Amino acid sequence: MGMVDKLKERLQKSRDGFVKPIKQLFGSRTMDDEFFEELEESLILGDVGAETATRVVEDIKDQVKREKISEPQKVQEMLVDQLTWILEEGNGSCSLPQGSPSVVLIMGVNGSGKTTTAAKLAYRWKHEGSKALLVAGDTFRDAAIEQLSLWADRVGVDLIKQQQGSDPSAVFFDALNAAQSRGVDVVVGDTAGRLHTRTNLMDELQKLYRVTGKVVEGAPHQVLLVVDATTGQNGLAQAEKFHHFVPVSGLVLTKVDGTARGGIALAIKEKLNLPICYLGVGEGVEDLQPFDARSFVEALLG
Amino acid sequence: MFTSLTEKLQDTFKKLRGKGKLTEKDIDAAIRELRVNLLEADVNFKVVKKLMSNVKERAVGHEVMKSLTPAQQIVKILREELTAMLEQEDAGLNTSSEPPTVILLAGLQGSGKTTTAAKLANHLRSNGHRPMLIGADLTRPGAVDQLSSLASKEDISFFSEGKTPEEVAQKGLKQAKKSSNDLVIVDTSGRLHIDDELMEELSTLREKMGPSETLLVVDAMTGQDAVNIASDFNERIGISGVILTKLDGDARGGAALSVKAATGCPVKFAGVGEKIEDLEPFYPERMVKRILGMGDVLSLIEKAENTIDQEKAKEMEDKLRSQQFTLEDFKDQLHEIKKMGSIQDMLDMLPSGMGGVPSELKNLSVGDDQVVKTEAIINSMTPEERRDPSIINSSRRKRIARGSGTRVQDVNQLLKQFDMMKKMMKKMGGMDKKKAKKKGIKKLPFFQ
Repeated sequence: MGMVDKLKERLQKSRDGFVKPIKQLFGSRTMDDEFFEELEESLILGDVGAETATRVVEDIKDQVKREKISEPQKVQEMLVDQLTWILEEGNGSCSLPQGSPSVVLIMGVNGSGKTTTAAKLAYRWKHEGSKALLVAGDTFRDAAIEQLSLWADRVGVDLIKQQQGSDPSAVFFDALNAAQSRGVDVVVGDTAGRLHTRTNLMDELQKLYRVTGKVVEGAPHQVLLVVDATTGQNGLAQAEKFHHFVPVSGLVLTKVDGTARGGIALAIKEKLNLPICYLGVGEGVEDLQPFDARSFVEALLG
Repeated sequence: MFTSLTEKLQDTFKKLRGKGKLTEKDIDAAIRELRVNLLEADVNFKVVKKLMSNVKERAVGHEVMKSLTPAQQIVKILREELTAMLEQEDAGLNTSSEPPTVILLAGLQGSGKTTTAAKLANHLRSNGHRPMLIGADLTRPGAVDQLSSLASKEDISFFSEGKTPEEVAQKGLKQAKKSSNDLVIVDTSGRLHIDDELMEELSTLREKMGPSETLLVVDAMTGQDAVNIASDFNERIGISGVILTKLDGDARGGAALSVKAATGCPVKFAGVGEKIEDLEPFYPERMVKRILGMGDVLSLIEKAENTIDQEKAKEMEDKLRSQQFTLEDFKDQLHEIKKMGSIQDMLDMLPSGMGGVPSELKNLSVGDDQVVKTEAIINSMTPEERRDPSIINSSRRKRIARGSGTRVQDVNQLLKQFDMMKKMMKKMGGMDKKKAKKKGIKKLPFFQ
């Protein structure tokens, strides 16, 4: 089953009166103000945000007028095209740059799904033939280290860990040295969840970022911000603040298998030009998919 | 986000206020702004729609059109509507007449159930209960370890033996009876509201356990989907209340309204930090202000009271009132503020309507790194300069910039900000004097 089908299937599971698939809109009807209003509503319900939704719909409206378009079907295509364009335009690369080893930093707010994502990524790279290593960088939350240990066993990759409460920068320092001597290809570093408003914790993250670069040249090679797809407009503030402290290379949008449509990722892409790299679509190790803009937009529009 | 929204709102009201007579169209313009504002706060679209139609109905009627202060009136109406939605009767926890009382926690993955379970146990213990934590999340790796570690740190009873969540919960209940714990809190696995199998499992667990409270744990950052999540959990499992987590961030928390609208259940607690004591009762009035972006002055005051040296504060206040506020004091104040956490957080708690904080001052709040810079600049001044900034001429400015590793522009900006601040203080200080009261209040758009 392709990603679109899988996503759609899950999205279709529960759509009560509150969520109206946009497709319904594109039946045979006239394109009056009401039509565009409903279009905007649907985008807002997908957490795209009022600002972005309004702008996108205004653009479409203008184009419809200019080109005298009268088939709703055509409008749907235009919408898909435009949203896909927003998601793809000037997109930074999500491919992992070569390093010795390549270091990937996983960060995000509490409960966004960092640890699970770290494990899934390690699994993915291991499967592609790389020697992967996990780093238990969340030394704050109780049992976060145990959680990642269990994952590491499940995935079958090594884990570097220290005691709870130890300095995460020190954990990374040791882990990266170990990785180099063990000939590891990819290091996936988990970090503690932190709200982006906690300046001291953001400083800590920045320090960690610097430390990795001191051990391995060019590290971290990829910094992934994990965003829960159920997040509303606060996701934008999250991305802005994290990006301010540590340059983000891309997003991992998690829990896309729920009914939330993850429109916040679109807003983040539009505002900060941060690409979405992966989608988390379940609790299994394989439930991580590379992002494809068009499929995502199609799922977003239901 | 936060600040720009409140500013936007004020702008619309300014526009409205500027006119002599209001038409229905004017009201519509204001309603549109309010609508966007609420949407950006993540209030569910349908809820916003309903709210807006209520507000409009009342606004177009008599209340606003005839009022001399339509902006205040319309905000007042919206606030009343929001408060009415969130208001709840006693939100205390129900307990069972036959202990142990069972409290079941449910929610999506990552909403904060495990942390909340420990916080709740701690809270109930300080209210005289003898709680036991039951770790029935057998799905997430490490979840049981996490709860057990939290429990042992706080010296709270803990239980998690069994192969299925149901077995764990029931054995735990028996154990609680034996060890005379009068209350058990059951932590369950995070699950998607559309996962039939897991929802069924939870529903069965609930039937078997007969909890006095089934609390849905909801992340305050949740977007539009909060309505679906809450109504699905409510329909399939039946919830009695909500705990809103991660309110210590800057999410405006419109999800609170959505959840309330979808289930009618009261919000019983709010999670406001990572520490065990960071669980608060839910205050609807504060939430309304937060959602509206009007700031949470009460929380700010509480926070300040907890942190700031009272005597120092009094001294500062006197200085402010008597206009003897110097850069030296400004520095001290920054220091005190720093103790309270991020300045941006605090500004966000301030209602932007408070006399309309001048934009020059807002720039000061950009980041805490700014505080460091500001401190460096002030430190590079002579005591004389700090007392009387008017003597700082251009050569002094250059020296200060060099000394603090900043640019002359930075020094200029700080002096300008300080000047603005003094002016603002003057405005606020004047408010207290009875004579100036009327005048002062009129200047503050949000004052009612």
